[in-house]
Amino acid sequence: MEQFVLEMKGINKSFGSVPVLKNVEFKLKQGEVHALVGGNGAGKSTLMKIMTGVYTLDSGEVHVNGKLAHIRDTRDAKAQGIAMIFQELSLVQSMTVAENIFLGEEIAHNGLRDIRSMNDRAAKLLAELDLDIDPATPVYRLSVGLSQMVEIAKALSKDAKILVFDEPTASLSETETSRLFEIIQTLKAKGVSMVYISHRMKEIQMVADSITILRDGQFILRDSVANLTMEQIISNLIGGESSKHKFDWVPRYYDENAPDLLRLESVKVNDKINNITFGLKPGEILGLAGLMGSGRTEILETLFGLHPKLGGTIILDGQKLDYSSPQEAIRLGFALVPEDRRKLGLVLNHSVRENLILPILKKLRGNKLQFLIKEKQADGVTEESVKQLNIITSSINKTIRLLSGGNQQKVVIAKWLNTNPRILMLDEPTAGVDIGAKSEIIQIIRNFADQGNSVIFVSSELAEMLAICDRIITIYDGRITGELSRKDIGVEEELQHAIQRS
Amino acid sequence: MPSKEVKKRASLGSIQWNRYMVYIVFVLVFVLFSVLLGGKGFLNPNNLANVLRQTSMISIMAVAGTFVIAAGQIDLTVGAVAAMSAMIASLVLRDLNNIPLAILGGVGFGVVSGAFVGFLVTKLRLPSFLATMGMMSVIRGGAMWVTQTAAVPIKNAVFNKVFGIGMIGGISVLVFWTIGFYIVGYILFNKSIFGRHTLATGGNEMSAIYSGIKTNRIKIIIFILSGAFAGFAGILYAGRMQAGRFSFGDGDELSVIAAVVLGGTSMAGGAGSVIGSLFGSILMGVINNALILAGLSIAQQTIIKGAIIVLAVALSNLTQGKQK
Repeated sequence: MEQFVLEMKGINKSFGSVPVLKNVEFKLKQGEVHALVGGNGAGKSTLMKIMTGVYTLDSGEVHVNGKLAHIRDTRDAKAQGIAMIFQELSLVQSMTVAENIFLGEEIAHNGLRDIRSMNDRAAKLLAELDLDIDPATPVYRLSVGLSQMVEIAKALSKDAKILVFDEPTASLSETETSRLFEIIQTLKAKGVSMVYISHRMKEIQMVADSITILRDGQFILRDSVANLTMEQIISNLIGGESSKHKFDWVPRYYDENAPDLLRLESVKVNDKINNITFGLKPGEILGLAGLMGSGRTEILETLFGLHPKLGGTIILDGQKLDYSSPQEAIRLGFALVPEDRRKLGLVLNHSVRENLILPILKKLRGNKLQFLIKEKQADGVTEESVKQLNIITSSINKTIRLLSGGNQQKVVIAKWLNTNPRILMLDEPTAGVDIGAKSEIIQIIRNFADQGNSVIFVSSELAEMLAICDRIITIYDGRITGELSRKDIGVEEELQHAIQRS
Repeated sequence: MPSKEVKKRASLGSIQWNRYMVYIVFVLVFVLFSVLLGGKGFLNPNNLANVLRQTSMISIMAVAGTFVIAAGQIDLTVGAVAAMSAMIASLVLRDLNNIPLAILGGVGFGVVSGAFVGFLVTKLRLPSFLATMGMMSVIRGGAMWVTQTAAVPIKNAVFNKVFGIGMIGGISVLVFWTIGFYIVGYILFNKSIFGRHTLATGGNEMSAIYSGIKTNRIKIIIFILSGAFAGFAGILYAGRMQAGRFSFGDGDELSVIAAVVLGGTSMAGGAGSVIGSLFGSILMGVINNALILAGLSIAQQTIIKGAIIVLAVALSNLTQGKQK
């Protein structure tokens, strides 16, 4: 029998009367990278939270190194050598790298903190990971990628033998991602076992040795990654029926010679992004491809009136525009589905209905003199959207926080579609969204464009860009470096190469 | 990632600005008043010593206030606790004439009250603003009730000397008490493990919990600290006025918050400076003093004081940029 560093057997967990994990098992071998995949709501996070002591299990057993372990809180998990690297950064921004690494386990001398020896020890630890970071730097000065490396160093300083990565590359650039993968290899060589949660199949095939698939709170399969094709993984994820074809590019027809609906000429967003010129045809889906921080988001935000443009011209329907607020942008027909739906896209404590009608409250009045909202009409609009976009919720009055990521995102999109925009801009609309909802979202975007509207689409997942965009503009460090028609792109690698070329 | 780098650098610059803002404002205000009011005795050593003496209680409460706010909490009970502590101390001195017992009573009350606030915040999960707003009223009412609002004179000369009206080398004992508390507070905040845990609790509580820090315990200790310091401030009020009175420290809770925030401690928690709080407190004392010297009426003083606080905090926010 193989020796597992960690075995979870017959795990059950319910929240209230809702079972989230049903008799789930999970086994981790010494020194392997084990991918844990599943759609949103499949129970991955819950399982990992049980492992790291955030939640306690209702029934089942956890064995660490063959011995039954009782993990009741995060301290127990730490004592067992289990640590989690968080999706959202969990460092204290105002404190230094060394202070964060030793947080909770400070080295003290006569009751006073021994800052020098903590800095020395931290420096050694960082050097072991080949990281060139000064331990006395405050964390807010580090990039997202480096902060994550510091978190890894922090876990290792506590003698972690099992590391859990939750969507670790969600906000990393390509270079940072490959750096992370190098570190994962180093750790593997040291015998550290790792659980790797991700929606990105490519990465799993690159980095993971084995894979466990969960669906609807149930264990589906565990195998070596090498034994499975991407199609097999995906079909197990979504439950047999293949939705692969939805990820294929379908050539779309729009008049490529029509006058531009929107045109940017030498638009200056800030000192770095200072000469953006491109056009957008009616019915076209245009992709902006580039690394994180290349300026993609800033361009969308400027078009949406969040930052005033510092120069150049924006022309809509042949008319030069001058506007400097989202209200005006909305009136002109712009809509922006922002990058971070939890922070920017939704009011999490409000209901599906309240979120959906927020941008159209004024339209829901009888006339300008009335200030009461026609509640029935609001219900109607909401129900219509829920039906149209297949938003899965038990009631339109359900708090949106309780919906899955994919359904939350559909609400954000529905909310903007209700403003009748002509130009829909989407920034990473499928981040943290399961595959089923992803293909639905792609379909919604296509339908929108088919009605003669235009779309600007930004995503870090190139496969997705290739599936949806008619044309892709590449941006590097604030400059447009190229323009590719979808027809001319053969494989993903070509685009990958294009966005990294300065 | 260059754009990220640039942004980070820029906000770094502003954070530093924000951190030193209190000192810059302090120097500017001081120079301004020296020029305008030098002739009216502003620069007279006696006047300046007076300012230090008058701000002692706020300064001492602001030491603990720095911890409270850096941990992302707020404590509105301090003024009321000081009053109650002064009442307890004066009653103990009247009936038992025992100084250690008087201090134990006053400071002990602060400890108990702080522990109770900590319980409300951590166990019953009340937001500290509401918990302490309620407790402020309960305690202030209690201070009125014990003697039916009557003042209790203190006849113990030693007590009055040591905790109020005494002088050492021409400098009020209150100033020495203040210095003592700041040395302790500075070491605790900057050098001790507890200080880092306080910042971590305010800066990113989840991270602190995942790092094995019992943030609830940290919060309780901080409220106890705040209560104890306020209790001691009450002892000083009693010593200086040679009496216990229910009205001591009225409005001090807001002055303490103003001093701490002026001193560069973030209302959102996670960053703070003990020495900054001292300067924040003295800055307000200097402004107060100058307005009196300038011959302004109480009404005018109140208006200008409020306006200056708004201005100073706005200034530090502007230099901070859109950081959050």
